Amino acid sequence: MTALVETRGLSRRFGGLQAVDGVDFTLPEGEIRAIIGPNGAGKTTFVGMICGRVAPSSGSILFDGADITSMPADRRVMVGIAYTFQITSIFANLTVEENVTLAAMRRHVGRAGQRYSAAELQDASLSALERVDLQNYASKTAGNLAYGHQRLLEVAMGLALEPRLLVLDEPTQGLSDTEIEGFIELVRDIGREATVLLIEHNMPVVMALAETITVMDRGRIIAEGTPEAIRADRAVQEAYLGAPADG
Amino acid sequence: MNAFAAIDRRALALHLAVIAVLFVLQFVLPAYHHGIMARILVLAVFAMGYNLLFGYTGLLSLGHAMFFSAGLYGAGLSVYHLDWSVPAAFGAGLAGGLVLSAAVGFLALRTTGVAFLIVTMMFGQVAYLFTLYFTDWTRGEEGLTLPQAARVLGPLDLTDPTTRYFAALVLFTIALFVTLALVRAPFGRVLVAIRENEERTRMLGYDTFRNKLGATIASGVICAASGAAYVLLFGYFGSSFAAVQYSILPLLWVLVGGAATTLGPLLGTILMFYLVDLSNDLLNSRFPDWDVSYLGIVGVALVLLILFFPKGLLGSVRDRWVRWLP
Ligand SMILES: Nc1ncnc2c1ncn2[C@@H]1O[C@H](COP(=O)(O)OP(=O)(O)OP(=O)(O)O)[C@@H](O)[C@H]1O
Ligand SMILES: [Mg+2]
Repeated sequence: MTALVETRGLSRRFGGLQAVDGVDFTLPEGEIRAIIGPNGAGKTTFVGMICGRVAPSSGSILFDGADITSMPADRRVMVGIAYTFQITSIFANLTVEENVTLAAMRRHVGRAGQRYSAAELQDASLSALERVDLQNYASKTAGNLAYGHQRLLEVAMGLALEPRLLVLDEPTQGLSDTEIEGFIELVRDIGREATVLLIEHNMPVVMALAETITVMDRGRIIAEGTPEAIRADRAVQEAYLGAPADG
Repeated sequence: MNAFAAIDRRALALHLAVIAVLFVLQFVLPAYHHGIMARILVLAVFAMGYNLLFGYTGLLSLGHAMFFSAGLYGAGLSVYHLDWSVPAAFGAGLAGGLVLSAAVGFLALRTTGVAFLIVTMMFGQVAYLFTLYFTDWTRGEEGLTLPQAARVLGPLDLTDPTTRYFAALVLFTIALFVTLALVRAPFGRVLVAIRENEERTRMLGYDTFRNKLGATIASGVICAASGAAYVLLFGYFGSSFAAVQYSILPLLWVLVGGAATTLGPLLGTILMFYLVDLSNDLLNSRFPDWDVSYLGIVGVALVLLILFFPKGLLGSVRDRWVRWLP
């Protein structure tokens, strides 16, 4: 399989802090990949560079073989990279449907290079909402949704972009157990047509979904492998999984 | 017109009804109010242009007097010094607004929030100083009056009150429907998205800088159209129109009428105009030798408005009763 995403020596400094430190990373097309690691490991910064939200201090990023290191974030969305924020980011004052339509609209105007009809646009929006089971909330104001539903709405916005790579930054944070179960199903489903890069602290979710796990600590990748291999890895246990309870 | 298809029937009917009322008013208003209404219609276009940037895109500018003045001076100077015809002068005003808003937008949009407000205000002050500095051509504060003979459009004499009212109404109608089409089109929806959450909009693949620049230019050109029409219809232009006060006025009109509503700017302009007018009369008649300012009454009105209609009149009407109001 060819690599959809590849980073070479990717680094980012914030003042004196090396948030991401020379990361070489390869993500094959079609995979569901989880990135785990303790708080402050640099996960959000790392995927932020892939999406174009954060400019790298050095290193390069390839997407589908093309160098996108200096491509602006909005153009990266157009080549197929969609991002959901760690801190939920939706249009709180607009309706649920309008939130998704703004995503679908971009997808339809941009990549196909032709105009859409109002009906097509509505179909695209509603089908994205159906996939996350929010179709009954279409006319509600997004900010009035329950927190879990707002997270799902953001995923629906990502889906409406019909991305090749969907980046989910701690999507299950704050979801109830039943919501998490539904979410695992949803990501499996998404994984059938898109590559998924998932930052996640919830280990059962990671174990259920990830084909490969990348472990980050202090800006570096310290381990990478199948869920079983990662579970058994000593370095990972020390850094993260089995870290001695410190409080 | 794809965009028009998106305008729902109720909204379209409402806007047409407003135009119809304004049309009929022309025959029933007494001469004094007739003249005021013509002025209000032209200035409401200024407010609508401002609303596009402030209300819909969420960018607070305090320099919009420069776009109004670009139209005012672009048209006024080309009639006064170059003897241009009315349509050519109007075109010069629009071109002035286009060039100025593109340049100012390109520079000022590198900032956001308070910095944007300050940068636009500074550009506005520079424009104001220009009108004073080139006093040989502009006559500065004193200003210039266009000769009546130059203010004709084919067979139409723009100094005739009836013709003037109709010309103002035509301009207003065009600006209203252009705004309505813009805000209902994908472009307008993206502007609202930028206002609501710019980072999210960018991460949906929109080039937010380009969209904001587009909004600034559209806003600048509409304001310039108002300025150009103002000088051609009322025949006078001077530096006071470029002063910061004329950047604050459209903000007030929009706040009163309702930001991000298509009809709010008209309503706000009418109310503020008459409020100032009436409070002046009232104060002068009740307290002839007190020499108090109408600003007190205007201030009280604004406080009441913010208490009871925080989103402006039409903004609150939309929130509470008429959700489909554009
Ligand atoms: N914009 C910024 N300015 C300064 N420091 C930053 C910035 N963004 C992140 N950092 C720092 O960089 C380090 C890595 O942060 P990052 O958010 O990437 O970690 P993370 O692995 O996503 O953590 P978490 O699991 O808590 O979300 C942290 O120490 C953080 O404080
Ligand atoms: Mg993070």
